[in-house]
Amino acid sequence: MRVAVAVFPGVNCEHDVVYALRALGAEAQLVWHRETDLSDFDGVILPGGFAHGDYLRTGAIARLSPVMAEVERMAKQGAPVLGICNGWQMLCEAGLLPGAHIANRDLTFICRFVEVEVVDARSCLTAAARPGQRLSIPLNSYQGAWVDPTRSGRVVLRYVEDPNGSQERAAAVTNERGNVVGVMPHPERAMEDVLGSSDGQTLIEGFLASLVPA
Amino acid sequence: MTIETRPLHQQLGMSDEEYESLLEILDREPRPAELAMYSVMWSEHCSYKSSRKHLRRFPTEAPWVVVGPGENAGVVDIGDGWLAALRIESHNHPSFVEPYQGAATGVGGILRDVFTMGARPIALWDQIRFGPLDQPKNRYLFKGVVSGIAGYGNAVGVPTVGGELEFDDSYSGNPLVNVMCLGVLRREQLVLGTAGQPGCVAVLLGRATGRDGIGGASVLASASFDESSADKRPSVQVGDPFEEKKLIEACLELYEQGLVVGVQDLGAAGLSCATSEPAGRAGVGMDVDLDAVHTRESDMSAAELLMSESQERMMAFVAPDNVDRVLSVAAKWEIESTIVGEVRRGDTLTVRMGGDVVARIPAASLADDAPLYDRPARRPEWLDDLWAIASDYSELLPGETLLALLADPNVGSSAWVHEQYDHMLFLNTVIGPGSDGSLLRLKGTEKALAVSTDGNGTLCLLDPRRGGERLVYEAALNVAVTGARPLAVVDNLNFGNPEKPEVMWQFIESIEGISQACETLGIPVVGGNVSFYNETEGEDINPTPVVGLLGLADPAPERPPRLSRAREGMEIWELGPKSTGNFAGSALQRLRGEPGGRPSPADPEDAVRVTELARDLAYHVPVLHDISDGGLAVGLAEICIASQIGAVVDSTSIQLLFSEDPHRLLVVMEPAAVSLPPDYSRQIGVIGGNSIVFGAETSVGLEDLVAAWKGAIPMRLGLDAVSADAP
Repeated sequence: MRVAVAVFPGVNCEHDVVYALRALGAEAQLVWHRETDLSDFDGVILPGGFAHGDYLRTGAIARLSPVMAEVERMAKQGAPVLGICNGWQMLCEAGLLPGAHIANRDLTFICRFVEVEVVDARSCLTAAARPGQRLSIPLNSYQGAWVDPTRSGRVVLRYVEDPNGSQERAAAVTNERGNVVGVMPHPERAMEDVLGSSDGQTLIEGFLASLVPA
Repeated sequence: MTIETRPLHQQLGMSDEEYESLLEILDREPRPAELAMYSVMWSEHCSYKSSRKHLRRFPTEAPWVVVGPGENAGVVDIGDGWLAALRIESHNHPSFVEPYQGAATGVGGILRDVFTMGARPIALWDQIRFGPLDQPKNRYLFKGVVSGIAGYGNAVGVPTVGGELEFDDSYSGNPLVNVMCLGVLRREQLVLGTAGQPGCVAVLLGRATGRDGIGGASVLASASFDESSADKRPSVQVGDPFEEKKLIEACLELYEQGLVVGVQDLGAAGLSCATSEPAGRAGVGMDVDLDAVHTRESDMSAAELLMSESQERMMAFVAPDNVDRVLSVAAKWEIESTIVGEVRRGDTLTVRMGGDVVARIPAASLADDAPLYDRPARRPEWLDDLWAIASDYSELLPGETLLALLADPNVGSSAWVHEQYDHMLFLNTVIGPGSDGSLLRLKGTEKALAVSTDGNGTLCLLDPRRGGERLVYEAALNVAVTGARPLAVVDNLNFGNPEKPEVMWQFIESIEGISQACETLGIPVVGGNVSFYNETEGEDINPTPVVGLLGLADPAPERPPRLSRAREGMEIWELGPKSTGNFAGSALQRLRGEPGGRPSPADPEDAVRVTELARDLAYHVPVLHDISDGGLAVGLAEICIASQIGAVVDSTSIQLLFSEDPHRLLVVMEPAAVSLPPDYSRQIGVIGGNSIVFGAETSVGLEDLVAAWKGAIPMRLGLDAVSADAP
């Protein structure tokens, strides 16, 4: 089972995501945003950061990076596709998930642990979790509030207390099929108690369990 | 704006005497571009002309020092082939003129100093100081600086894991913005700022050169402020963290592939510095072609190109065979690169533009022939008046005093600041903001690096020598409570106008104090920065040396002490020498607006003893906390707030609870878990309940303590208290 972690200029969580995946025994590899063939991979993660400087709009330029054609192909074929933070913003810009992101309600960057509740286990992020389960995961974003006038996204994680003004207190949203997920807090930052929480393991395990050989 | 009639050298910040000596060195009139180069390189900011003589006092040697002061960053050996690179810098003046960009480019600059050495920057610490938040101008500066640090640091992808915050009238006209960076590297990746051998090629990497920041070092950083300061706004650089992020990754790849001989970042003095310094260090000359420099604006003059402080640029010195590979690494990371020069035999730096020679000077003379001043120093007469002030707070009530202190932004929660910084990236942050010292693990090893940064302007105003000494000991204790052994120091010396003998005296005394403490602990100073002319309208800031101390825990404690680990029934002990009840320079004095008296001296024997005890205890007890700002009572309240539990304290003495003598710690542990030296420790209470009770008389509820502490900053910004991170 191989996971591609896409690296756009300006993202910065790529090594942390690979570290988390490998800690759970997965085979993970960084792929540059100019890559045009991901056929060797069974799933892909778009990590957090500031792709292309977040200039214009978060994720707006990243959507045009060559690798996104492959991400779209995998999403359509049903392979697990996870966007974390900036990665979720890219998936929205690419039209693979509904809605968009705006600045946090208080107009400040937020970096702290938040509590989220699993509201739906039918997604590649929550497959190993049970509904009602509460997880402590760090949030780390400025454009963190999700809005979706179409109300077509399926919320799978919800903030217990609203930190940023996200619609429906959504912390993670999936598509109808459940294979494409965007999540705002960083599960890869909650893998070990020594760093404050290991609750993110449940989410990464769910992603790995959702992989099927290409 | 007034019409400029002064001679060019004066406009560029060069004195008449300095101009005379330049005429002697060149034996002719300088060309305009040459005058520009000398004016920036001989500025206070670049040449340390008022401070160099005194900086020699610092102890700089230890067996583990790999690179000492004088390079872009200090480097120390942390064992098993790993090195740590560290550096601290100030961006005080730019941050006053334009707080967002001033602070942002301060972060960018310090990162380049560290990755220039071959290291990946792994963490930042910011030490920021402002006037009181009841003044709108100070709120504007404070918010602007914090968002500048967040905007740049978060986007460039290096976590800001701690720092310091101080509010005092003395910074009202002149905020201080210091930033420290730590990087790690394998020994074989170390790169120095050398131009290498004749034949090597100079490749300029990164952002295009524009007119921003021209004269930043000479006009802005080396002069005082008055009401015309807004005119200096064009001298502030503008940062682009995205370019810096790409530049970091590109440079690290160049180092990994061994493609560069030397690297120099373009910071203060821009191209002038990045050509002359590496050539001077290598004892070679260089030909530079300004037509090759990639620019953002057309029609820039030679002087502008040489002085520009456009950000996110690096100069790499490359053997001719490797040039193509260097250019292709730059292309992969989508950064611009151009060949702008070639290293020559001899010692002449020749700069050409449009076919003409615009500068031809001895490369080393820009640095080596810089003026050196021995400015007069005199102990201020007003110091005796300050020492004569006696503080008597015996009438105060412990509960009310504690609440008032916790609600003071100097003491209360810094969450409003540090929650705006990504402090978790790279998955190393074992102990982050809001604790004594930060602890960062080094993945793949059993090591962890601890850092504490400490400054205290009031303490140093009252006694700059004792103040400087105590800052080092406090920083050492802060890293010791994480289990780390002190290893090295960097310092940022923020002072007023050095042309005033009283300021010079404060400066020399502080250096003496820092040096003595470093000698006692056996640790070297591996780098630093001096920021003079921190005065506005003739008023100098409090003397504010800031110490950044690096420690190594190897192996790191599996469960290092945390403020949040106090539990019902645990005992509270005070460890260290008995308090003398001195309030001089304390948080309580500042709160009441009456700083005075003479601070207690540091005791070298106590410093060593308590630091070693703390290191040992860090492997055995759940809570270990340095007693500093606000004294014992505030230290204990911080533990109670983090652990969400109360405490019962035997004493009601204001003097015991709130005075600030050095070398003391709070230890919280299960009864008799560890035996503490009886002559050196006292049980002062027990953990439990939902309030802090003083001597069974007065008590203050935990909820009130939390509200006061959390609201310290938000309340003054007109915001609701934000929820604080669990420390």
